[in-house]
Amino acid sequence: MVERTPILNFFTHLILFIGFVFCIAPFVVVAIAASHNLKDVNDVPMSLLPGSDFWVNIKTAWTTADLGPKLLNSFIVAAGVAAGKVIISALTAFAIVYFRFPGRIFIFWLIFVTLMLPLEVRIVPTYAVVANVLAPYQAILDATGLSWLIEKVSGVQVSLNLGLLNSYTGLILPLVATATGTFLYRQFFLTVPDELTEAARMDGAGPLRFFIDVLLPLSRNNMAALGTIMFLWAWNQYLWPLLITTDQSHAMAVTELKSLIPNVGGTPEWHIAMAGTLIVMLPPLIVVVFMQRWLVRGLIATEK
Amino acid sequence: MASIAIRDVKKNYAKTQVVHGVDLDFASGEFVVILGPSGCGKSTLLRMIAGLEEISGGTIAIDGTVVNKLEPRQRGCAMVFQNYALYPHMSVAQNIGYSLKVAGVPAGERNQRIQAVARMLELEHLLERKPMALSGGQRQRVAMGRAMIREPKVFLFDEPLSNLDAKLRVQMRSEIRKLHRRLNATSVFVTHDQVEAMTLADRLVVMNGGRVEQVGTPGEIYTRPASRFVATFVGAPAMNILEGTVERDGLSLLGGSRRLATARVGLPVGTKVAMGIRPEAVRLVAPETAGALKATVDLVEELGAGRVIYVDLDGAPFSVMTSEAVHPEPGSTVGLKISPDDMHFFSSETGTRLDVFKASVPEPAL
Repeated sequence: MVERTPILNFFTHLILFIGFVFCIAPFVVVAIAASHNLKDVNDVPMSLLPGSDFWVNIKTAWTTADLGPKLLNSFIVAAGVAAGKVIISALTAFAIVYFRFPGRIFIFWLIFVTLMLPLEVRIVPTYAVVANVLAPYQAILDATGLSWLIEKVSGVQVSLNLGLLNSYTGLILPLVATATGTFLYRQFFLTVPDELTEAARMDGAGPLRFFIDVLLPLSRNNMAALGTIMFLWAWNQYLWPLLITTDQSHAMAVTELKSLIPNVGGTPEWHIAMAGTLIVMLPPLIVVVFMQRWLVRGLIATEK
Repeated sequence: MASIAIRDVKKNYAKTQVVHGVDLDFASGEFVVILGPSGCGKSTLLRMIAGLEEISGGTIAIDGTVVNKLEPRQRGCAMVFQNYALYPHMSVAQNIGYSLKVAGVPAGERNQRIQAVARMLELEHLLERKPMALSGGQRQRVAMGRAMIREPKVFLFDEPLSNLDAKLRVQMRSEIRKLHRRLNATSVFVTHDQVEAMTLADRLVVMNGGRVEQVGTPGEIYTRPASRFVATFVGAPAMNILEGTVERDGLSLLGGSRRLATARVGLPVGTKVAMGIRPEAVRLVAPETAGALKATVDLVEELGAGRVIYVDLDGAPFSVMTSEAVHPEPGSTVGLKISPDDMHFFSSETGTRLDVFKASVPEPAL
């Protein structure tokens, strides 16, 4: 039961306010630091009154780190991951919930296991695969002696090579392949009443038709929630992009921030670094603001 | 319009059998109601006709074609579900027209048919609404419209009225009946509500425990129940059953504590029977009346048009329904007069109806 008394109201708001200050304080400090000049930002303690160089610093950060193309890269990768994740999650969950096929439980657990193997754990093999997607097949050919046979017969040496380093595909695919979204969708599909499925069958809709006409529109909120979360997650990826983008043209914004952070012995340009941070934080913030209505609905589910 | 032939149909879930060999024939254009308590297999049977449930044994034929292996959409059936099962994200018009859209009917024709159905069901002003914004009765009508628009050979209703309040239920009942008269499609209606069953059915199928107990017109089922189960299940309040033994000139009831003198039982002396008597067939008389059973009044339920009087007959519960202006006080003693013509006899062991050869027994001189 919710109790409402003036004193209780006051305390709940107080707690809420403290939490809010706690969360917002680092951002305020970043924003203030971004507005100082080189001298002020290195004062100890740093002045908490905003300086006047905010736009100058933003401009410097933008040009130094070449953030324009980097933000675009980040956006393409994050959107790609979000879209790929939504599609693959919806499809896998659809298969698992609505079809009875041999090995269903086994596949379900196989997907489940991927939850325990995030990208960071399997980063070396994943790198090897992305470096040459066909390497496993090459290995199979070599191990079975097939490549030797082919070489003897046709004189062609088999060397399969399809590298995805420094490509959007290489950045996106490994991030898409995890199970989190599948479970979100599975839970949602389980709440869709059976009678709806049966009504669609009586109306003559096949499985794909049912998926597109009924399930997808019903899961709009889930899609938005999953998409938003995955967008943020992909946007904030650091290790993977750092590993596979050796070429600057495919670098992402978050990894590029590093180029703004002063080196030991270099000029302590923290104001520029902070300005860059603010820029990189902005797109996810905009996405969240736009999606938050659906995000909340999708996460608390039960819309009747 | 289509006839349905059900031959020795069985249904197993894993190891439990829920439908044990059902044989039924529904004529073209007939309105059949399947009545039974929950868990009797009536819905399962309906879903097997629809194609939503696999048939474990036997065959179902619609219009002479065995449909066991056909997908629901190929069987020509339309179904109205208990919870309506409307697509929540589609408008009323889209809900009604969805099957046509799937079938690839062009938009122009589709709209015409949606309009026609909406007019028939008085849904025209609601076509743009979402199901969320409809009342229960309106949702029910949309669900029926969705079934009607396909002009199916067979209508299947799976307890469609049980989610409505009492008043709407009565109203929808007569609407369904009217629609059937108009469309004249073979209809199978599943319910556990006997009033619904009696009022709607051309023919009634009473099921229990996965078996058909009796098939007949509502009148036949009421007047000549084929088993003790049917007798007590159909009719409200339920038929009174008193265990007894046939004697030479009457019945010994309740282990011999009561005797009912009547020479017209027409069953071999010594037969153990369950004697059934409908509450509305019992007459209340003065306790001293000759041939009447004496009983103590427990409770009187006022129904307005009449009242149900629950009495105690040596510990056995017994009810009497009367429309006469008698108001016995609880605790008082009354006499119950039972006419031999109104008695039903069922075998004590099997529960099946024992037919009485009235003609062979001469009328006793009173």
